[in-house]
Amino acid sequence: MNFWIIQGLNGLAFGSLLFILAAGFSLIFGLMRVANLAHGAYFMLGAYVGLAALDAGLNFWLAVLAGAAVVGVLGGIVERLVLRRLSGKPLAQVLVTLGIAFIIADGCLWLWSGDPRPVPMPPGFEGVYRFGSVAFPKYRLFVVAVAVALAVALWLLLERSRLGAMIRAGVDDMDMARAMGIRTSLLFTTVFCLGSVLAGAGGVLAGPILSVYPGLDSDMLPLALVVVILGGAGSLTGAFIGSLIIGFIYSYGQALLPDLAYVILFLPMVLVLTLRPSGLLGRRLA
Amino acid sequence: MSRPIALALAAVIGLALLPAAIGSDYYVNLASQILIASILAMSLNLLVGFGGLTSLGHAAYMGAAAYLTIYATAHAGFGHLAGLCIALGGTLLLAMLFGYLALRATGLGFLMITLALGQILWGLAFRWVSFTGGDNGLGGLKRPQPFGIDLAQATSFYHLVLIVFALAFLAIACFTRSPFGQSLAGTRDQPRRMRALGYNVSLIQWISFVYAGVWGGVAGLLYAYYHQFVSPQALHLTTSAETLLMVIAGGAGTLTGPVVGAALVLILKNVASVYVTRWVMLLGVVFVVIVLFVPEGLVPGVARWSRRLTARWRRPAASVPAPLTAEHNS
Repeated sequence: MNFWIIQGLNGLAFGSLLFILAAGFSLIFGLMRVANLAHGAYFMLGAYVGLAALDAGLNFWLAVLAGAAVVGVLGGIVERLVLRRLSGKPLAQVLVTLGIAFIIADGCLWLWSGDPRPVPMPPGFEGVYRFGSVAFPKYRLFVVAVAVALAVALWLLLERSRLGAMIRAGVDDMDMARAMGIRTSLLFTTVFCLGSVLAGAGGVLAGPILSVYPGLDSDMLPLALVVVILGGAGSLTGAFIGSLIIGFIYSYGQALLPDLAYVILFLPMVLVLTLRPSGLLGRRLA
Repeated sequence: MSRPIALALAAVIGLALLPAAIGSDYYVNLASQILIASILAMSLNLLVGFGGLTSLGHAAYMGAAAYLTIYATAHAGFGHLAGLCIALGGTLLLAMLFGYLALRATGLGFLMITLALGQILWGLAFRWVSFTGGDNGLGGLKRPQPFGIDLAQATSFYHLVLIVFALAFLAIACFTRSPFGQSLAGTRDQPRRMRALGYNVSLIQWISFVYAGVWGGVAGLLYAYYHQFVSPQALHLTTSAETLLMVIAGGAGTLTGPVVGAALVLILKNVASVYVTRWVMLLGVVFVVIVLFVPEGLVPGVARWSRRLTARWRRPAASVPAPLTAEHNS
């Protein structure tokens, strides 16, 4: 029984990390129709920047901010200088983000070498909570709390704020939104920055659980894709549900079938594509 | 019609004489690598250029065929011919399955799904250690000696690759010129109209996907016999992306584009790796530069420039409008 509870909590924690990763991807994809293939690289870059900030003597929370800020600024620059020139050509935009992903990944390898680096737990979160006979790491519960807070914040932003109304309008009908006087160019940059900030912060937050290593980017990017395909493109609720499903499968799979854990992660995607190609809560991928 | 055939014959004869001209095994091997990569890029180009289906998982077929043939031949004790059949049969089934799944979406969805499916295979190769050897890969494949020809020699192996390359080029060219290939281009440009005309769009795309996958498998066979070794790297996203870069750099939707692209990327890789270790970064930069500045690819791009130049040379001051290039982006 304890096994199921502990692995369930682990799945919840991993799913929470995936949600932080996939939410940014889904926001960008939903609004701009850009499948940002650099998203995994942003996540890894955020983690490395966080690590550098810790090495420089900053505390964990400032490291999270640093990772988020650096990646957010980078995202804004990429959107303004590169994606902007290719607007209206989604395929070209995707290919450019793939090129950027390679540049970032190799740059990280160059700057921080190839050794996996553990990230220390933030002070105050090192221990475990005990619930009867079950012990569970504090930090993982904290990550779950962050993801829930993020989900609520994003929901408020999208459903209750003016910016959110503009984003929703853009997702529904970009041309109409533009005609109504929404400055979509500014909106694109804002959303791309926001998505990048989430990836950067997510990278640092994931550090104590996953540690940081070259290849983290290409491990995480397919998971973000799977979550988005599973949940439905452009749907945050879908991303949330998809993240939890993948998180649980990963956790139980890792414990029960370690050889094939990575592969069975993709089973729900295969199943959903067969039964409901648009994803659980999405419209058709186009 | 006779001019293209004459050109093709001249190209094949020129390529066949190439080893004698360059004389060093290193460069003959590089030429073999370029031809193998060209086969993979040409098969991907069927999807990207002619079908408007941008796949980011095309290394899957090369890698799967390479793993299957090495496993069957060097580890399970099958002969070379049986190994070849197992590898191609396995690749065929894989392409049938992946095509069924990926073609449930179009455009960016197709790209994302092929990427994810490709990563499944990479994960399988990396983690299923008892079958694939994990990170250490699979080796032990010996090149055969058909009719007493020693394929261990760089030059004779190159000639084998050249024969297969010529067959692949012919098969892919015939495919694109055939009514079926034309209907594939129709599904790229006007899927709705094709559907209204009674074409089964998804079936056309699926058959093309499987056909492209099998040619990817042929590239994988040659890859396996060339390296006599395969590791998860052959299945990695970087390999798929590199192949896509070859197609896009050379010119998607042209017959010679992928070959030019493969030559460009592999020469760049081999030359650059002498001077810089940051090959992946360079790959990324080349990607960004090509997409930003030569989006139609080098073959159509150079053709356009040379047309402009010759037009200017013939009739000064006459401005030639740029030809409309096919837009396969959305």
